[in-house]
Amino acid sequence: MEVTQVLLNAQSIDGSVRKNAEENLKQFQEQNLPGFLLSLSGELANEEKPVETRKLAGLILKNALDAKEQHRKYELVQRWLSLDANAKSQIKACLLKTLSSPVSDAGSTASQVIAKVAGIELPQKQWPELIGSLLSNVHQLPAHAKQATLETLGYLCEEVSPDVIDQDQVNKILTAVVQGMSGSEGNADVRLAATRALYNALGFAQANFSNDMERDYIMRVVCEATLTPDVRIRQAAFECLVSISSTYYEKLAPYIQDIFNITAKAVKEDEEPVALQAIEFWSSICDEEIDILEEYAGDLTGDSEVPCFYFIKQALPALVPMLLETLLKQEEDQDQDEVAWNIAMAGGTCLGLVARTVGDDIVPLVVPFIEENIAKPDWRQREAATYAFGSILEGPSPEKLINLVNVALSFMLSALTKDPNSHVKDTTAWTLGRIFEFLHGSAVEAPIITPANCQQIVTVLLQSMKDTPNVAEKACGALYFLAQGYEDVGPSSPITPFFQEIVQSLLTVTHREDAGESRLRTAAYETLNEVVRCSTDETATLVLQLVPVIMLELHNTLEGQKMSSDEREKQSELQGLLCGCLQVIIQKLGSSESTKYVFMQYADQIMGLFLRVFACRSATVHEEAMLAIGALAYATGPDFAKYMPEFYRYLEMGLQNFEEYQVCAVTVGVVGDIARALEEKIVPYCDGIMTQLLKNLSSNQLHRSVKPPIFSCFGDIALAVGEYFEKYLMWAMSALQSAAELSTHTVGDDELVEYTNTLRNGILEAYSGIFQGFKNSPKTQLLVPYAPHILQFLDGIYIEKDMDDVVMKTAIGVLGDLADTLGSHAGSLIQQSLSSKDFLNECLSSEDLMIKESAEWAKLAISRAISV
Amino acid sequence: MAPHDLRRPFKRAAISDQQKRRELSLLRQAQNRRDAQQQARCLASSILSLQSPVPESEPEPEQPDIELETATEAEQESGASSKDLDVRRASKLRRPQVRKWFARQLMLPEWMIDVPDRLSQDWYVLARPSGKRCFVVSSNGTTVSRQRNGSILHHFPSALPAGAKTRDGSGSAQSYCILDCIFHELDQTYYVIDVVCWNGYSLYDCTAEFRFYWLNSKLEESGACSPPSYYHKYRFSAVPVYNCDQDGLYTAYTGAVPYVKDGLLFYNKHAHYQTGNTPLVLVWKDENCSQYVIDTDSKGEIPSQQQVVLELQDNRQLVTSDDPPVVFGCLDADMIQQSGLDSGNLLRFAFSDGGLSFSDGKLEKADLNYLGKSNRARAFADSYSKVLFQYTVRHSPLKIDDLLASINSPDDQENKSCDIEMAG
Repeated sequence: MEVTQVLLNAQSIDGSVRKNAEENLKQFQEQNLPGFLLSLSGELANEEKPVETRKLAGLILKNALDAKEQHRKYELVQRWLSLDANAKSQIKACLLKTLSSPVSDAGSTASQVIAKVAGIELPQKQWPELIGSLLSNVHQLPAHAKQATLETLGYLCEEVSPDVIDQDQVNKILTAVVQGMSGSEGNADVRLAATRALYNALGFAQANFSNDMERDYIMRVVCEATLTPDVRIRQAAFECLVSISSTYYEKLAPYIQDIFNITAKAVKEDEEPVALQAIEFWSSICDEEIDILEEYAGDLTGDSEVPCFYFIKQALPALVPMLLETLLKQEEDQDQDEVAWNIAMAGGTCLGLVARTVGDDIVPLVVPFIEENIAKPDWRQREAATYAFGSILEGPSPEKLINLVNVALSFMLSALTKDPNSHVKDTTAWTLGRIFEFLHGSAVEAPIITPANCQQIVTVLLQSMKDTPNVAEKACGALYFLAQGYEDVGPSSPITPFFQEIVQSLLTVTHREDAGESRLRTAAYETLNEVVRCSTDETATLVLQLVPVIMLELHNTLEGQKMSSDEREKQSELQGLLCGCLQVIIQKLGSSESTKYVFMQYADQIMGLFLRVFACRSATVHEEAMLAIGALAYATGPDFAKYMPEFYRYLEMGLQNFEEYQVCAVTVGVVGDIARALEEKIVPYCDGIMTQLLKNLSSNQLHRSVKPPIFSCFGDIALAVGEYFEKYLMWAMSALQSAAELSTHTVGDDELVEYTNTLRNGILEAYSGIFQGFKNSPKTQLLVPYAPHILQFLDGIYIEKDMDDVVMKTAIGVLGDLADTLGSHAGSLIQQSLSSKDFLNECLSSEDLMIKESAEWAKLAISRAISV
Repeated sequence: MAPHDLRRPFKRAAISDQQKRRELSLLRQAQNRRDAQQQARCLASSILSLQSPVPESEPEPEQPDIELETATEAEQESGASSKDLDVRRASKLRRPQVRKWFARQLMLPEWMIDVPDRLSQDWYVLARPSGKRCFVVSSNGTTVSRQRNGSILHHFPSALPAGAKTRDGSGSAQSYCILDCIFHELDQTYYVIDVVCWNGYSLYDCTAEFRFYWLNSKLEESGACSPPSYYHKYRFSAVPVYNCDQDGLYTAYTGAVPYVKDGLLFYNKHAHYQTGNTPLVLVWKDENCSQYVIDTDSKGEIPSQQQVVLELQDNRQLVTSDDPPVVFGCLDADMIQQSGLDSGNLLRFAFSDGGLSFSDGKLEKADLNYLGKSNRARAFADSYSKVLFQYTVRHSPLKIDDLLASINSPDDQENKSCDIEMAG
């Protein structure tokens, strides 16, 4: 087959030619995979072929080795591994040969493919000669080949995990890369490739960073690279510094003074992409120190695996002026541009992080800047001063800020209405939001919002909602936090007198022609949600009146016909906002018996609307509508049964949505809501639901985070249907048992331990639901055979000593449920278990009330079980 | 290898409202799951085990001793009995078992088919308000009312002790009330016809005489009779109770009350509050004091023939809800098979022309005609006294004059004259 022509055709502007070519390629791939891959690698390596076909050949090769989806990726890996060894070594030879091609596009395509092959083969201990041959290239070849080889090393480090390559080879890679970066390398492209390769290789350099001499050398070369004439190299070198700041924070002390000088110079004088990286270095140090200090605060012994070096605190006197300087470099209209990122924004963000890192110490360093600039005629100065003020509101103690804020508040309110510059107003509204977010609420002792100024604040914010979309959006945000501060204010809220006016203004905002800009409509609905969430009984009737209003809005979104895909997306987004709003309202009104009763008059119509929202899409369900239905089911109770015949198909569709696993997870939660609402009336739907849930559990395509909620859902169903669960018992128990075995021991990082505990909790909730569901039924005997395994699981996780409080509470509850339901049938088994002794005693003396309560219940149930 | 994107969120809140909605949903679901679990445990541990008629499904006899012990231990300080503890705990629960359980907690009057002795000495009479009979439980700062079938009617704040979360924090765990009420729709008022617990003090084992005295003195002073307000959603009102002498009976029968009457209730003064059917509380009605004398069918019409609901037993017998049950007849096996009936089913029958036949005052034969299974909401079969009262209403009703006359009957006269003699 003449692959060149097909590859050319595949890039033809003629659609039918292109389609035909793609079809040919597909056939070729299916009929003869090794031949297909060989001819592609031959094309890529052939210097006589056109560059476009060589590049495309490389791209198709790459796609034959890797995919985004996990299961597809796994398939491709298996296919490559089972390929004829001879074919593979020919392909690899072609790839390596291409690295030295004078056509740079071919070389760099090859380097990506090599990295993919390495990603598959190195963990299998195959292709051992690869790194050696790459390294020998670096020292011999012409510049373009050297560049491609360094790029290959970079991609390779990105592709494989550090434990796959032994230290000896790591040392050689690092040596080659760092040499390529150093001043002795005359070719800028090679130096750039080496610098970018180092960025990926840093994760391999643990041992080298522990060796003073080697670390000094690497740091010196990186720092020198930040000063090279080529801006691309300077930028890449700063990227390395940023990466080092998080990976090797604890090794930075000897270099921090030099790095400060380098970054300060870059921030002041260098081109923006470089200056942004320089600022990012300090933001990243802040991230590290905030984490460490949080760990200090959470642990009374003050221990942390990594000590805090207080780099930010030490650099503060020089760092803060440097950052304040950047604030004056705003771009016109940056607030209207949602993807803008410039030095003023980066500097302001970093200033906020510095405030969170050092707390009170930042205040005296920033206040003079605010005072000097806040009233200047140049809008840049006023905006910078306001932004600086807004930035330092999170971090310092309220006591340190309260006087300042009280003085500034009326100034801000007046600036928001009167300042001629939109940018200043935007930042002012944002700062007001920050004031309300961090300094207003029941946790703050001296209230900054008083009966005297509340009216004015609300009036100003509502006024600003008529301003340009970006300013209006920030005003909505400020109102959001204003409402949030009154969340637990009690039966009477200071917001009550303005409630009607606020709701009306927010609804007006959602109807603005330009509400699609600056996410204004979204902000307005989100604020409406928060206002509803934080409302009190005083305004319950007003919230009720909102129901038909939002319903009408939702109804209006269903009217459009024959929409373009763009319109369809907008419709779906708006439906999401409206369903979200209804969800909040339903949850609010459903939480009190009296309002729920009145609200229920709308239930049929609301459900009808949700069903129509679902019907707008063919294959997926709307997550927000699903969440809202969960709230509705909870409020409706057993009467929800009447909606089930129509709703069921969407429920099933949601459970089948593996791609958008959030939707799947949300739907699983809603199944629980429905089980609790319908109780035994859910029985007719159980076959379908249980089958799908069991299918989901056994799938390797479903995101793992959905599995724990599925187990909990088993418990919800079992509790609702009681002994009827017998039908599914064997399948459910076998799924639970294998998951229990896997989750008894945790191996891995914190994240994995956390996941394991979530999984354990799901499993335990399932056991609890099943036991309690079968309680008092003649079929409790069916559970007896499972008792030994469950007790073993409880003992197992107790011995591991790594369960969190939630798991502990659920686990000891399961012990009680088992004893309660099985009674004397499990008496002696229970007595033999560790859980009934040490674990129970530990829980009984727990300081956590929930654990203690569960433990007391378990003790009671056990004493009954063994006394029979 | 392109440079890495380093944009950070700018002027943005840390979490989106959508994420917040998701998290709040999860929180609510977790809370609901905990509640459901807690309810199941609560039911299992403290309620069902105390209930003697625990269903046949119980594989092992429960151990009430231990339960009672722990319950008493926990409640010793407050001096409450374990029984009201359960009502209090269970008042906030859901699930069918709770409804069934609640259905058994009210004291249910028998129907007056003949006049008890010593009516004027040993009995009270009151005009029963028309409405929904319910248990009202106030505890932990909230009040819940449960209807006769166990379902929740209202969940509200009230001025009853521990009935609302007021600022003065009067929602302490020890204080709570359990009242036997009728909710009267027209004026949205709970008419209290009996009191079971008051402010943590159990009145289960007190005589009706004492309970009514207590109710009259406490209800008013609690403020529960005040008009509705923020912390007091519904008004409560005591029902006037009279000694069942001629005046009392006449006043209860004809006197003006702020509610629509539905018959008269007679309470034996010495009776304790007893759950389920009891002959120590009686109900009687005629057209003058009730809109509903003769039972109506589901369409609200009076069927031409009296209908009854009976329970089918294992031995194919049809019985009333009384303990011990009264047998009204027997179904043949074919019929049970054909209609797909099981023991325990509640079945509706009409009396055919044969009606009821008695011999020596005992039911001998009932001429029954099968209509079908009863409404699912029904928890129990009819009681014997109800069937008989309905029967007599249709044939030879017990009239108010009969009641008045019995007060002047020889028995009563004898007592009175006896008094006179001694005084003389």
